[in-house]
Amino acid sequence: MKYAARRFLHSLFLLAGVSVLSFLFADLAPGDFFSEMRLERGVAAGTVDALRARHGLDRPLPVRYAAWLGSMGRGEFGYSLAYNSAVGPLLRQRIPGTLLLTASATFLAWLMAIPLGIWNATRRGTWSDSIFKVTLAILLSIPELLSAVIFLAIAVETGWLPAGGMHAPGAESQAAADRFRDTLRHLVIPVGVLVLGMLPVLIRHVRGSVADCLDSPFALAARAHGIPRRRLLFGHVLPAALNPLISLFGFSLGTLLSASLLVEVLVGWPGLGPLFLEAIMARDFALVLGVVMSSTSLLITGNLVADLLLYRADPRIRT
Amino acid sequence: MKLRLTLVLLAALHAFVVFAAFFAPYDYAEQHRDYPFAPPTRVHFTDAAGRFHLRPFVYGVTQDSPGGDYREDRGRRYPVEFFVHGRLFGAGAPGILFLWGSDGFGRDVFSRVLYGGQISLLTGLVAAFLSLSLGLLWGTLAGFYGGWVDRLLMRGAELFLALPWLYLLLAVRAFLPLHISTTQAFFLLVAIIGTVGWVRPARMIRGVVLSARERGFVLAARGFGASGQYLIRRHILPLTWSVVLTQATVLIPQYILAEVTLSFLGLGVGEPVPSWGNMLADARQYHTLIAHTWMLAPGLATVPLLLGYLTLADILLERSGPGY
Repeated sequence: MKYAARRFLHSLFLLAGVSVLSFLFADLAPGDFFSEMRLERGVAAGTVDALRARHGLDRPLPVRYAAWLGSMGRGEFGYSLAYNSAVGPLLRQRIPGTLLLTASATFLAWLMAIPLGIWNATRRGTWSDSIFKVTLAILLSIPELLSAVIFLAIAVETGWLPAGGMHAPGAESQAAADRFRDTLRHLVIPVGVLVLGMLPVLIRHVRGSVADCLDSPFALAARAHGIPRRRLLFGHVLPAALNPLISLFGFSLGTLLSASLLVEVLVGWPGLGPLFLEAIMARDFALVLGVVMSSTSLLITGNLVADLLLYRADPRIRT
Repeated sequence: MKLRLTLVLLAALHAFVVFAAFFAPYDYAEQHRDYPFAPPTRVHFTDAAGRFHLRPFVYGVTQDSPGGDYREDRGRRYPVEFFVHGRLFGAGAPGILFLWGSDGFGRDVFSRVLYGGQISLLTGLVAAFLSLSLGLLWGTLAGFYGGWVDRLLMRGAELFLALPWLYLLLAVRAFLPLHISTTQAFFLLVAIIGTVGWVRPARMIRGVVLSARERGFVLAARGFGASGQYLIRRHILPLTWSVVLTQATVLIPQYILAEVTLSFLGLGVGEPVPSWGNMLADARQYHTLIAHTWMLAPGLATVPLLLGYLTLADILLERSGPGY
């Protein structure tokens, strides 16, 4: 419990650090939401300054940071000038989309990676292993960008799957079961792309971890005692091999969120990704900051979960 | 064997890209407005009468209607010429030779992929160099001197790693001007990608330096009164090379992809200069891609390159043994 509290506090410090740094960086950035306006004719020189003053952009940095913290307390996370609304509600609309996508991809990828990795680790040195290795290496070299573009084109051409988005038009009026099936169909392509991207890395690590344990003295001793292969593998080797995989789960979240951003933009999935890109294009710093904070929170929460899981699974780190 | 094969593959790919001006039949900006979205030109050795020609040739192509299909015009035959105008090959005028088809402006996709590789590869290489230099500097200082330098590094590293890296990359990009020239965009990309990624190599190098500091011969040299500067230069840095090399093979493909991604999203290098990212953005409209599959070429070009670098990284990691 003390460990959990310590990790939680640490995460909060990290979040605070990221927010301060982002604020500093945004302050150093040349231009803001209104600077494009200055170039337009028909906008008086005073107008831009007045607008900036009205939105409080001319106040000193610490004051703005304090104001931002205050608005965070109210759940607003600042004010988006491009959307003309508080940032908080915008984020709350989009976070579930990203969560749904990344959670299903993580679940599916691990579900496939663990059996494949174990199977692979038990037949090292055979020809099927070599073929598998080459396949993984090639899969690893296909960027998500490319597979997403190809999958989408195939989906459109064949009409098997919807071409993007999260819901079919008019889905709101459908029955709950139909709506669920519709969302599932929309999930196939983005989740497929993400899983394909994660799978080679995960399988390699599972394989490596299980292989290490199979080669370790305790496994050899168990085998010498005549413990059956199946029980050795699932009863002794697998629990020991799981610990590094839990840390990997934490590490892989960052990559997954990054890949998810790209895939969301590509398939028009209503997650944080498209919102982020729009915010960047509009130079809407409050929204950029909001998305940065949400993605950081997602990653930190994931890492926290992984840490706590590891704490439960591995007594060696309980110091 | 595997190492040699990988190195040959990588060297060949780099040679194609670096000497794009020689291997590409056209300039990247050269437009053939009469041939938008022309399919890959077929190179023939036997003519309609079944006669074999040692010198390959191409037929002229005509379009049924604007936007329609292309047909080969068997009446017009143009030989493929080698070593003309300082380039490896090209079709005799007025014939055209688009090995991988042409884009909407009638620009040769093959040539553009070669030229585009220059931006993508150079970004990857220079950014990796930048990252590794920063990592080497910080990692060595933190690992060797410890104290507040070390604490600052480790805390800062955590902050950098708290963000998913594509979000970090885009966030840094977000605060910089959007509309900039190609050269500016290139240097901006290199700077952003390079500075965003220094954390991991710095941590690894720190680890190596920490253990190197306690090695017998380093302690002995210190006992003889060697200065810190001398120790780092003479004993510590040489020990970090294998990590730096391995990290380079890991970072370069990652950074090439970062450039491709940013340019694809319209935040990197823009038209008319090609990069694999902004070329692939043209293939994003699926009706374009389905009707003109060759527009996928820049994306496919990344695959052998990544395969080469990732295999090289694997080989180096295996050699350096567990622990890295």
